[in-house]
Amino acid sequence: MSEESGIDIYRRRFLSGSATAAAGMAIVPGVFLHEIGHAKPAADPVTSDVRWGMLIDSNKCAEGCNDCVKACNDEHGLTGHDRPATDAQWIRKVKLKDKQTGHTQTLPLLCQHCEHPPCVDVCPTGASFKRHDGIVLVDKHICIGCRYCMMACPYKARSFVHETLQDQLPHAPRGKGTVESCTFCVHRVDNDGTPACVEACSAENHNAMVFGDLNDTSSEISKQLRQHSTSQIRADLQLNTGVRYRGI
Amino acid sequence: MKQVDYREIEGGLPFYMLVGAIGVFVLAALGAAYYMEHNGHWVTGMSNQVIWGTPHVFAVFLIVAASGALNVASISSVFGKTAYKPLARLSGLLAITLLVGGLAVLVLDLGRPDRLIVAMTYYNFKSIFAWNIMLYTGFMAVVGVYLWMMMERKMNTFTRAAGMTAFIWRLTLTTGTGSIFGFLVARQAFDAAIMAPMFIIMSFSFGLAIFILVLMALYKWADRPLGDAIVFRLKNLLGVFVAAVLYFVIAYHLTNLYGTENHGVERFILLDGGIYTQLFWIVQIGIGSLLPLALLYGPGGKSRLWISIACLLTIIGGLAQIYIIIIGGQAYPMEMFPGKEVSSSFFDGVVASYTPSLPEFVLGFGGVAIALAATVVGTRVLRFLPVSLADDQVDPHHSATDAA
Amino acid sequence: MLKNSLIILLLAFTTGFAMQSQAGGSILPEIPEAQARFSEDQGCVEPTAEMRRNHMQYILHQRDETVHEGIRTNQYSLNECINCHVSDAEDAPRVSSEEHFCNSCHSYAAVSIDCFQCHADRPAKTTNIHLPSTGGTPEQLATENLRMLESEGIAHE
Repeated sequence: MSEESGIDIYRRRFLSGSATAAAGMAIVPGVFLHEIGHAKPAADPVTSDVRWGMLIDSNKCAEGCNDCVKACNDEHGLTGHDRPATDAQWIRKVKLKDKQTGHTQTLPLLCQHCEHPPCVDVCPTGASFKRHDGIVLVDKHICIGCRYCMMACPYKARSFVHETLQDQLPHAPRGKGTVESCTFCVHRVDNDGTPACVEACSAENHNAMVFGDLNDTSSEISKQLRQHSTSQIRADLQLNTGVRYRGI
Repeated sequence: MKQVDYREIEGGLPFYMLVGAIGVFVLAALGAAYYMEHNGHWVTGMSNQVIWGTPHVFAVFLIVAASGALNVASISSVFGKTAYKPLARLSGLLAITLLVGGLAVLVLDLGRPDRLIVAMTYYNFKSIFAWNIMLYTGFMAVVGVYLWMMMERKMNTFTRAAGMTAFIWRLTLTTGTGSIFGFLVARQAFDAAIMAPMFIIMSFSFGLAIFILVLMALYKWADRPLGDAIVFRLKNLLGVFVAAVLYFVIAYHLTNLYGTENHGVERFILLDGGIYTQLFWIVQIGIGSLLPLALLYGPGGKSRLWISIACLLTIIGGLAQIYIIIIGGQAYPMEMFPGKEVSSSFFDGVVASYTPSLPEFVLGFGGVAIALAATVVGTRVLRFLPVSLADDQVDPHHSATDAA
Repeated sequence: MLKNSLIILLLAFTTGFAMQSQAGGSILPEIPEAQARFSEDQGCVEPTAEMRRNHMQYILHQRDETVHEGIRTNQYSLNECINCHVSDAEDAPRVSSEEHFCNSCHSYAAVSIDCFQCHADRPAKTTNIHLPSTGGTPEQLATENLRMLESEGIAHE
């Protein structure tokens, strides 16, 4: 497998090309190839033509609502152990209160999927990396658990798996001794889906979160970003985050 | 100058008992590491807030001290002070063993220590950690060669070149260690260029304190003469280094205090940080800097006992200093939303609590034990220690009348 | 290359031990049946002999492609291995058991793997997961998979 044979390339093209066509007819409807008609062909690598991003409107984010967090935990099987200091949190609700005016607001905080991620810079093995489409991930196969990325992240977005895990979900592999964080639900995004948190927010009709392609000028997120004034958390670091906020 | 005669230390029962006693600590550390790795890190005091804990304090201390322990050799080979020459071999040995001890702690605390091979086969060259992996392994090789040049008579002519290489390497190494923190933009307490030079001067101080202690202990143990001339030289030098560290600490905090954005973290360390404030004023500044200075330069400075206590206090102060830098720096909440009070289920906006657990301490002490055990075994199997360091052996200008 | 030779060395070394300890008892491992065939003339996604020898290469290759490039084809995906080779029954053997497909052979060869410290060792149970490759029962999945690959002409070459 070290060098790719011609047949492999043929297969991959064939697979990707025909999957779309096959989806409609040959496949029993239901579980398989759901929505594949719009998706990036499974055999194609992600490219920098796309940059995934998220816009969070803190004005629409309801205080006391925790649906995005719950959706994330369910989606990735993040069950706590009743040890808040060591339990993993990929997304959390943060409450802000202005020290001068007393104005309060809430917002979800997650991995900001920076264009220049400090976690990626410091990782000694390259386990922390950024995909071409801007999603920042941990390759847990080569993570040695040094936690330098957690020291470097300005958003406290990463968690270390502090205990042995069992019954992980097939699409969300995670295990003791490695670092993890929000993946933008990469397994959904690669199948043309939306992150679980965004879906949950829309389901409640709060619509505080918009997910989409920042490079596509006609995408909903690009339109909104053009229309409204938005900000980045710790903009002073010039990391060009993929997650933007309104109302802070 | 007379030819210095080096000899291995005596073997026999006392030697094995000493190594065995140190070995108990090494075994305990291995047990602690197994316990932590088997259960996962939740059994330690470390958390998603305080990510690096006591093991890292010991590891960083040992690594910093390792490069500092080489100073004595550098003074002799690079700066040509012949009085230090008989000590150069021990200096090189300690540099390697302290580094091994520190790295062992660091590796045994990894989430996946079984993947050490990954750390050596996958490199991200933008990572300071990755540079350090090469700097550390390279340091051992460079100092190894340096020792060889010193110990093999045919190679003696290359000692100066090897010593120079090792000296430059060790400066680079400590710069790399300091930059682990200095380059972290995320946290208020880090992200300061002064970290690198401060770590270098810290290494001078901690490394020399350990060197003096080990030297005096080994000579007492081996029942070999150790004259006042060399001890007083070393302790005077230690005083200079302790004062220099103090200077850098003052410069660091003054720089921070000038900018309003750092007032929060400075207030935390200097005024109302609880344990961190106490550690800073009482242990680092009081017990770890001012008291050793008084002991070294005061009337007690002529006593071996007071000198060893001063060394010990310098080491304790150094551990406290690194504890404050690493753990205090993490305990202080990150400033993500200036001007806002922040709260969440993930400890945003609050000072993170950290209580070191027993296994962490055992692992840390294990690193010290590994370094000491390796040093003792090293002096047993190779000729690191001069038979005599009596005054007339050390100082070419020394005469009986001077001593009187 | 170095890694490969290391693995082979390790294999040779460890199988030696396994052989010794197994001497006396039955020698061959009992490997559970898969739930579907890739094609009429081929059981697995590559000929069985090839899979037995080189499955780790396929999985490793796919692993890097999936994690770093988002390539999510099914043929060499570990999830699909599990979907087809492991039952989703409540009492189905877990990877710690020698009756689990992976461990049946790995314990025999005394090669320890850490895949399942993170990855699921049995098919997904829940149906509300939106991933195409994890919805449905393993039988359905395997059959679907087969059908898709067949429809693309991959199963018969």
